[in-house]
Amino acid sequence: MAHSNLAVPELTAIEIHGMTRSSFIMRGALAAGAVYGAGAITPFVRQAIAQGDGGDVDILNFALTLEFLEEAFYKQAVKEVKLSKEVKPIAEQILDDESKHVDFLKEAISGAGAEPTKAPKVDFGNAFKSEKSFLKLAQTFEDTGVSAYNGAAPQIQDKKILGAAGTIVQIEGRHAALIRFLRGEDITESAFDEPLEMEAVLEAVKPFVKS
Amino acid sequence: MEQIQTERPERSSAIEEIQRDEHSRKRFFKMVGGAGAASAFAIFLAACGDDDEESADTGTGSSGQGETQTTGTQADSGDLEIVNYALTLEYLEADFYQQVIDSGEVKDKKIAEAAKKIGENEQEHVDTLRATVEQMGGTPAEQPKTKFEDVIAGGPKSILSAAAMVENLGAAAYLGQADKIQNPDILAAALSIHTVEARHAAALNFLAGNKLTGKGLKGILPDGAFAKPMSMEEVLKEVQPFIAS
Repeated sequence: MAHSNLAVPELTAIEIHGMTRSSFIMRGALAAGAVYGAGAITPFVRQAIAQGDGGDVDILNFALTLEFLEEAFYKQAVKEVKLSKEVKPIAEQILDDESKHVDFLKEAISGAGAEPTKAPKVDFGNAFKSEKSFLKLAQTFEDTGVSAYNGAAPQIQDKKILGAAGTIVQIEGRHAALIRFLRGEDITESAFDEPLEMEAVLEAVKPFVKS
Repeated sequence: MEQIQTERPERSSAIEEIQRDEHSRKRFFKMVGGAGAASAFAIFLAACGDDDEESADTGTGSSGQGETQTTGTQADSGDLEIVNYALTLEYLEADFYQQVIDSGEVKDKKIAEAAKKIGENEQEHVDTLRATVEQMGGTPAEQPKTKFEDVIAGGPKSILSAAAMVENLGAAAYLGQADKIQNPDILAAALSIHTVEARHAAALNFLAGNKLTGKGLKGILPDGAFAKPMSMEEVLKEVQPFIAS
């Protein structure tokens, strides 16, 4: 996979808008008995969060960061790229899906009494020069998204949050296949989607985040 | 399985259903291992004790959202059973693509190539899951006898439609088990297969001409931004037409 060699050893303190690498790794940073605020959230989300600890919230914030990036990417693409008839509805649909993922994750994190991470400032370089360049970077985002969720999911403590992450990652996988299909690429690199550790994911997306 | 309480409908998995219900137990046996097969699943059920013991155990647990307390051994048995379930589905898929390729029904090179590649993925899933069951000390489920003849005889359109449906089913099946797997390594493996099934599903639904947002088992993105899981029972009901009895 294109991004499989991005995990460089010197990534000791990647920082992405206040979230440090150590905060991903330090599980249970919030006390297990922390009192979670009861926000205006759906019963499902409240239930999902009720048993979450700091570790799960960190993972949710990590996922939110990626979804923010994807959302911003497609939003700009739909606006700026002259998209073909075939690609346009798919790009719009994916944008809609990513926005819903953002909303869901924000709500889940607030529901846990934690602060959702802020949308990062982004810069996608020359990605919107053409449909071709847009699709190329879209593939990277979707493949990375799949690997990010697959890497983080086994660390999720709360089974309901794990289930919710599963419902999202399946959609990321479908997006990835669609984009690859449109590019005439194989729909998958292998029979198994490689999980990526959080630091490797952050390293992969770092070029698109303005610090 | 003393810990499993009968008054926990919202927690009861398909497996618990099957343990309670003699009819569905027989049906599931037939699906998973073939009639009379001594599958790991059969051994698992036998190890769980008889129905009387379970139905007699009603008193102690709290109702509502009680957690099922599992010991390490029981968790492993549950995982083993899930892996064998996944193996059964992968057998079915791998067999389907092999039969499609052998039939020569698909003349379109692009579609034939896709079927070949996807079939190879499914065979790798079969091999990996078999090895996983053995590593866990279990007996891999037997390859089910399939009946795809009618689907294949129906030509490319029928084949693509069935492939799209089966892949959507596969993705939903893995998703349905994700929060039930105890061992993190097994979970990681299942997830790495889950999203590949999702990729297959999206591509085949695209090739089948299914809508971007078509519903249920027919759609490139059938459930909007959040995929729907399916239980073992739901999945097995859908695949039953493709199993030779």
